[in-house]
Amino acid sequence: MRLSTVTWRRFKRNRLAFAGAVVVLALITIALGAPAIAPYEPTAIDLHNVLSPPSAEHPFGTDDLGRDVLSRMIYGSRISLSVGFVAVGIAISIGIIIGSLAGYYGGILDSVLMRFVDIMLTIPTFFLMLTVIAIVEPSIWTIMIVIGVTGWMDVARLVRAEFLTLKQRDFVLAAKTSGAGNLRTIFRHILPNALSPVFVAATFGVAGAILVESALSFLGLGVQPPNPSWGSILTTGKDYIEVSWWLSLYPGLAILITVLSYNLVGEGLRDALDPRLWETEGP
Amino acid sequence: MLYYTGKRLLMMVPLIFGITLITFLVIHLAPGGPVEVQTEMSTKVSAQARENLKRLYGLDKPLHEQYIDWIKRFVKFDFGTSFVDGRSVSRKILERIPITLIINVLSILLILSVAIPIGVMSAVKQYSAFDKVSTVFVFIGYSTPSFWLALLLMIFFGVQLGVLPISGFQSIDVSGMNLFERLLNWAKHLVLPVSISAFGGLAGMSRYSRSSMLEVIRQDYIRTARAKGLPERTVVLRHAFRNALMPIVTILGLMVPALIGGSVIFETIFAIPGMGKLFYESTMARDYPTVMGILVIGALLTLIGNLIADISYALVDPRIRVRGKEA
Repeated sequence: MRLSTVTWRRFKRNRLAFAGAVVVLALITIALGAPAIAPYEPTAIDLHNVLSPPSAEHPFGTDDLGRDVLSRMIYGSRISLSVGFVAVGIAISIGIIIGSLAGYYGGILDSVLMRFVDIMLTIPTFFLMLTVIAIVEPSIWTIMIVIGVTGWMDVARLVRAEFLTLKQRDFVLAAKTSGAGNLRTIFRHILPNALSPVFVAATFGVAGAILVESALSFLGLGVQPPNPSWGSILTTGKDYIEVSWWLSLYPGLAILITVLSYNLVGEGLRDALDPRLWETEGP
Repeated sequence: MLYYTGKRLLMMVPLIFGITLITFLVIHLAPGGPVEVQTEMSTKVSAQARENLKRLYGLDKPLHEQYIDWIKRFVKFDFGTSFVDGRSVSRKILERIPITLIINVLSILLILSVAIPIGVMSAVKQYSAFDKVSTVFVFIGYSTPSFWLALLLMIFFGVQLGVLPISGFQSIDVSGMNLFERLLNWAKHLVLPVSISAFGGLAGMSRYSRSSMLEVIRQDYIRTARAKGLPERTVVLRHAFRNALMPIVTILGLMVPALIGGSVIFETIFAIPGMGKLFYESTMARDYPTVMGILVIGALLTLIGNLIADISYALVDPRIRVRGKEA
């Protein structure tokens, strides 16, 4: 039976992970269909309805400019989603390249690359991100790149570890003896076999990236106004903390539910992909 | 032991070099140097004035010379003077660092005293109701943005109940208080920041303690200990827990950068004048010398955290020391 079929069967059996996957799909649908779903324009200012509490017209209330919080949150889901996926895409690409080079070639290249990983792990990531964002203009692109560039180290270590064991296997020797070059051996023969842990790391990575994006936007270093992001709505929430609790409550709940769903999916994937847990029933 | 410590210290040297290099390059290769920021407010600033500013900060020299100059001063902990107020950067950092360290040490203690018992309990009673409930809480904890939790706690304890202050680390009238009142005042101000700072680590640490403990409990010597009739308490606390503690020490070292980075967020939210808030203000003002100084200091603190973790690891585990000698 194919590995993916087994994985899917095992994944489905994990109810929490399955629920997480359903929520993730729902969020993707909301993000894609934002213009159709949102009851108001996310940037429509209504100065007669400033900071009004949740009501029938505005289920999650309005902000300091009278904008509908629910609509802003629906559009904000686009930011979280795209930052999550693009940042993790960048992190994984860097991690795979560095990890496979280090693991495949070994020797001095391995030592140098792994010391680089050590250095990157020592610098407080959040400091590094803040520095870069403060230097370059803050925008959604800056955030994606910065989160990606500071988040690849775990993937690199995972891929390297996989390569260290895989490169000694017979099928690699077979590939080489039939004339495959180094690059072909790395990317066509070894890498596909090293990807399962990367998938798991990527799912957790999306969750982490969404959290970081919201923190950066909260500090005013993320998505710039008037574009809505869950983190920047929370900034307004902090400014009006004594009068408007709804500005603080709902966007944070949205972040919590989204991140929780990705984490549950990641945990489910990890269990489903771990052959050590297959013993009881066999693939 | 001395040999191991020495070797471990030597390994730090290339790391420190790499950290300073990355810090330096990140700041200097980025577009929009410090001069642009100081002059962009008025377009009337002449090219001549701009050149003067550049020369003042040594920005007209080639990059490698700037780096060497900076390293030479860095060895003496001289990070130059702030672009913002012209004060010495190391003095500015020194003023701010104690409060940040206090909060971080308190939150590490909080993490250890809460997370390890939870982890050990759920491992010992795996699949029990307690294990399941704590697993759910761990997942929610992992996924909660700590700054959001901070806002909610501020609304609840600060605004609704009015029992805790929501900003600063002491009241304005603190100088008129006696020692006891002062301590109480500080404690009240620190409850929320320390809890928030510890929050992120709590979930991770209890998870690690759980899996580390589960790993140990499956070992043969635990079965032996049980088989020879030792009370369960002794087996868990003396035989299992001591061995499970070692990986936990390492994880603690790895958590330091996240804690230090997190200080930016909670210090900004709670208006605590520590290193994190200084860092935030400096990046906003593009005060490069201060930013570089704090980046390097933050990385050094991480290195020291790792070093302490490694050394204590070697202290409790003789295998590490011996292997270190053979290699």
